[in-house]
Amino acid sequence: MWDYNPKVMEYFLHPRNAGEIENPDGVGEEGSLACGDALKLTFKLDENGRIADVKFKTFGCASAIASASIMTEMAKGLTIEEAEKITNKDIVDKLGGLPEQKMHCSVMGMEALQAAIANYRSGKGLPQKKIEGKIVCTCFGVTDKEIEKVIVENDLDTVEQVTNYCKAGGGCGSCRGEIELIIEKIRGKKTKKDESQTGPKKLTNLQKIQLIQRTISEQIRPLLKADGGDIDLIDVEGSKVIVAFRGMCSKCPTAEFTMKDVVEARLKEFVSSDIVVEEQSE
Amino acid sequence: MKTIYFDNNATTRVADEVFEAMKPFLTDLYGNPSSMHTFGGQVEKYIRHSREKIAELLGCDSSEIIFTSGGTESDNAAIKGVLDAMPEKKKIITTRVEHPAVLATCRQMQAAGYRLVELGVDKDGQIDLEELKSEVDDDTAIVTIMYANNETGVVFPIDKIAEIVKAKGAVFHTDAVQAVGKLALNLDKSNIDLLSLSGHKLHAPKGIGVLYIRKGTRISPFIVGGHQEKSRRAGTENVAGIVALGKASELAAKTIGRENTKVKKLRDKLENAILKTCPAALLNGDKINRLPNTCNISFEFIEGESILLLLYQFGICASSGSACTSGSLEPSHVMRAMGVPFTAAHGSIRFSLSRYNTEDEVDFVIEKMPVIVNRLRELSPFVK
Repeated sequence: MWDYNPKVMEYFLHPRNAGEIENPDGVGEEGSLACGDALKLTFKLDENGRIADVKFKTFGCASAIASASIMTEMAKGLTIEEAEKITNKDIVDKLGGLPEQKMHCSVMGMEALQAAIANYRSGKGLPQKKIEGKIVCTCFGVTDKEIEKVIVENDLDTVEQVTNYCKAGGGCGSCRGEIELIIEKIRGKKTKKDESQTGPKKLTNLQKIQLIQRTISEQIRPLLKADGGDIDLIDVEGSKVIVAFRGMCSKCPTAEFTMKDVVEARLKEFVSSDIVVEEQSE
Repeated sequence: MKTIYFDNNATTRVADEVFEAMKPFLTDLYGNPSSMHTFGGQVEKYIRHSREKIAELLGCDSSEIIFTSGGTESDNAAIKGVLDAMPEKKKIITTRVEHPAVLATCRQMQAAGYRLVELGVDKDGQIDLEELKSEVDDDTAIVTIMYANNETGVVFPIDKIAEIVKAKGAVFHTDAVQAVGKLALNLDKSNIDLLSLSGHKLHAPKGIGVLYIRKGTRISPFIVGGHQEKSRRAGTENVAGIVALGKASELAAKTIGRENTKVKKLRDKLENAILKTCPAALLNGDKINRLPNTCNISFEFIEGESILLLLYQFGICASSGSACTSGSLEPSHVMRAMGVPFTAAHGSIRFSLSRYNTEDEVDFVIEKMPVIVNRLRELSPFVK
């Protein structure tokens, strides 16, 4: 059971500004049915360029509805420039806190508002989703820019936190390595692991295969398992490791270049830096 | 506010008779049944009596009943115990819709080097028996398939499945946690080798369960360190829990007919009314082969946690397969395995009744459900 505070429950049970404005000046949409939550935001400006009215429609849980509702109250009366500065942290603070695993609801609120503002600026009455940066999490369509933003604004330092805040890494899990790199980049931890790892001990072929097997079962398989995926080690030829993806992973069109990279990175780290991973051709 | 408890697949209320039966063992009769003195030793006969009552409900011999701490332990003990006892076999077969107690155990054994096959299900939640037949081979140590699904109530053709497995010489385990007390069982006439049950799903308290082990089944003990349960499950007996489960089984044997008449009638009334009054509501799982108390309905374009919280505003308890209720980001593995579309999976609600529910309660839920659904639909950006 979630421990929602009375304010969150109040905004869930009696949401303010629910609905949709006709002929809005800006429309923003975030999330999707597949993701389990989605938000559509519409606003209208007055003659002074301040937000005169703003309404939301949410598909989602109590915290998604409460976050969207309280954000509309916060945005009302602000100029576009002021509204743009609302962060997910402001929304959470206003609500008096959200459970850690529900932080992404507040981020969705902020992003929908920013999408609506971008839509207003583009001058079209049609909703358009801005994709800034490069998609990191393909399951939930989260970009590196979005990940960087939640890390900086909420002072995050683990992949799990990033997943709680923007869902990235919460699906098949194949992007967790990449998220870790983004965290390290922002936190300024330059990876010096490579140096400590030098001094390669020469492994026998058998030892190498065993180490690969162990790395796959301890380090890689649990990541893929989260979404019913799996990996099989097919063969090892020198430094070339041939694997096959199973279950959900095998059907994922992005498996080839995301999973392969993750597997390769882990094997390079734990086995040998010259490992190359190849996916078995069907 | 009155609580309307429609979440009996999660847990059930302890029957008054059960509570009365177990009380003396928490007060005056606190002795250890293994003690040499009569004060402790006298307790043994109550355990024996309880074992017999459970054996009667299951249709087996009382020597085949092993007390455990609950369904999860029984599942772990069955799977790991069989694998340990037959190290020459390396394959496990299960389904994608099992309870996590089975699924996680199987996947843990897979990580330890076993070959695991997870059979898929069709849109009704049923497995393909031909596929099962082709998968069971000489290398298969154990096949573990649930009797009835906790989320949808879908009942597998367990006797047929057991027959297939038996014919190929593998051990068959079934997690019957949701079935016992709701469906009549007769283990003597079946080919089931191992069966898990949990007390708190049939009006006994939490913390007591049973693993049925057919005579002659090769299995190693899961918990060691004492001679209890003929050294098959060590640890001083949970006497009060055992007595409670005996009483609950005695009651279940009497009320099982009512499950399939009274409870089923209430469930059907609830289900038919909701499907009629709520637009875009879909039933999940096999409508025919199903527990009499369970129904699982998806409300498209709205989200399960919101529905549950609004239901509870009226004191109504149910559960959901939505992502948000679990804290994960993906909806239930059972819904996904059945191929329920995302539009519906996030809004799935399970109602599970018991013999304590009344028609008035059903009518109240029938009245409130469309109000809640319409309220959330008005908020949903996907409803025009």
